[in-house]
Amino acid sequence: MSIKLIKQALNGHQSLIPMWRQQPMRDSYDIVIIGGGVHGLATAHYLAKNHGITNVAVLEKNYIGSGGSGRNTTIIRSNYLTPEGVLFYDESVKLYENLAHELDFNVMFSQRGHLTLAHNDSSLRTMRWRAEVNQLQGVDSRVVYPDEIKKLAPFMDLTDHPRYPVMGALYHPPGGIIRHDAVVWGYARDADKRGVHIHQKTEVTGITVQDNRVTGVQTNRGTIRTSTVLNATAGWSGLIADMVGLQLPIETRPLQACVTEPLKPFLDVVVVSGTLHFYLSQSDRGELVMGAEVDPFTSYSMDSTLEFVEGLAGHVLELFPSLAKVRILRQWAGLCDMTPDYSPIMGFTPVEGFLLDVGWGTYGFKAGPVSGKRMAELIATSRTPELIAPFSYDRFYTGKLVGEKGAASVGH
Amino acid sequence: MLILTCPNCGERNITEFRFGGEIKRNSPKPEDGASDALLLANLYLKENRLGVQKEWWYHRAGCGIWFIAERHTKTQVVEQTYLWEPQP
Repeated sequence: MSIKLIKQALNGHQSLIPMWRQQPMRDSYDIVIIGGGVHGLATAHYLAKNHGITNVAVLEKNYIGSGGSGRNTTIIRSNYLTPEGVLFYDESVKLYENLAHELDFNVMFSQRGHLTLAHNDSSLRTMRWRAEVNQLQGVDSRVVYPDEIKKLAPFMDLTDHPRYPVMGALYHPPGGIIRHDAVVWGYARDADKRGVHIHQKTEVTGITVQDNRVTGVQTNRGTIRTSTVLNATAGWSGLIADMVGLQLPIETRPLQACVTEPLKPFLDVVVVSGTLHFYLSQSDRGELVMGAEVDPFTSYSMDSTLEFVEGLAGHVLELFPSLAKVRILRQWAGLCDMTPDYSPIMGFTPVEGFLLDVGWGTYGFKAGPVSGKRMAELIATSRTPELIAPFSYDRFYTGKLVGEKGAASVGH
Repeated sequence: MLILTCPNCGERNITEFRFGGEIKRNSPKPEDGASDALLLANLYLKENRLGVQKEWWYHRAGCGIWFIAERHTKTQVVEQTYLWEPQP
């Protein structure tokens, strides 16, 4: 094995087989997907696999998975608050459960269980509400109390020492963590195998609209004629929508995250606290992967701040005081497109041929598979699937918002 | 940590302030015949600009005034901060 590697290094890795090819750009495609993250690539994969539509281009301005898909804290779950949300994310979890088999790629989905802590009466009441809504949709979630939490996370301080002691939690066994890069690469490799063209370092600079219909896309590498464009650019989606004169109910906020040095395995579940504004898990490398809420103002910068990591550390140490001497290895940020109701915006818009798969905020990665599958269905059938109908763009005109803030994030 | 200049108190750490949202221009008005649907959507639709944005800030851990900042949403350079004044 090592001799082969040395030989390959000496001839510049010419004999390695690329996982996805660099195809020449055509001057027209049936479908152009802007955004090479998990949503864009999953849509391309399902268009090809479920509908036989392969004249598709995925345009990514950087390298695939360089946006939110490469920056999230890898949590997969379906323990949401609304029946619409629960049904939707549950389909995603089920797709994730079979993804390694479907893509023939080890995505390392570890369904280790997910705890959302409640530190006061009203939180506990909300956890009970979520448990009931989950169970009604056939999703496994239930309320547990400190005696059971102790068995799941023995290192958590469940005494009355913390400022906000733990009263109970929503326990969601199907939740877990995954290797996010593997999901992106698995979808990209399979889509490419089926004939989809993936164009990296290709930035969309304009979209032409004639008589309220999309006719083409301009990029830094040339113009593409097309009548169907999908905006799957998350934090940058307002800039793309602006190209067709469409305004979105979206505010771009950075979301920071960090990892610690590797530690021996001690945390078997994913732990989330809305009151303490953090979520954390221990990766297969032993690192603690931690995150909190979005930065508190509109920004397109992905800088890391001291106030983020100080605030997060202080809150985590409330519940895990034994981690006080652990070192932070790395800190980073990504951009999140926040909607007023913390639910996505999917489907048709007033501009014909311009479709949206945006508004993913801080809860987009877990929805990659179901979004890809249902957006592919929407594109192929020209009809909105019932599962994603509640997330239409026109709900901001009718007032039928799908309020998921409490279950989607740990924000204030 | 970013520094913001409160028109009242001077330069302070950004954590002393609360962001109050972008300042919208040309909002539809009922007296101009805007429909209910348009008025409702306007509550939610945003410019979300990548560039210099006019926005509200509130000095929550200080004097408590609301003021306007003109800040570039990527470079974070704040061009100016000032109190709101009624337009003639």
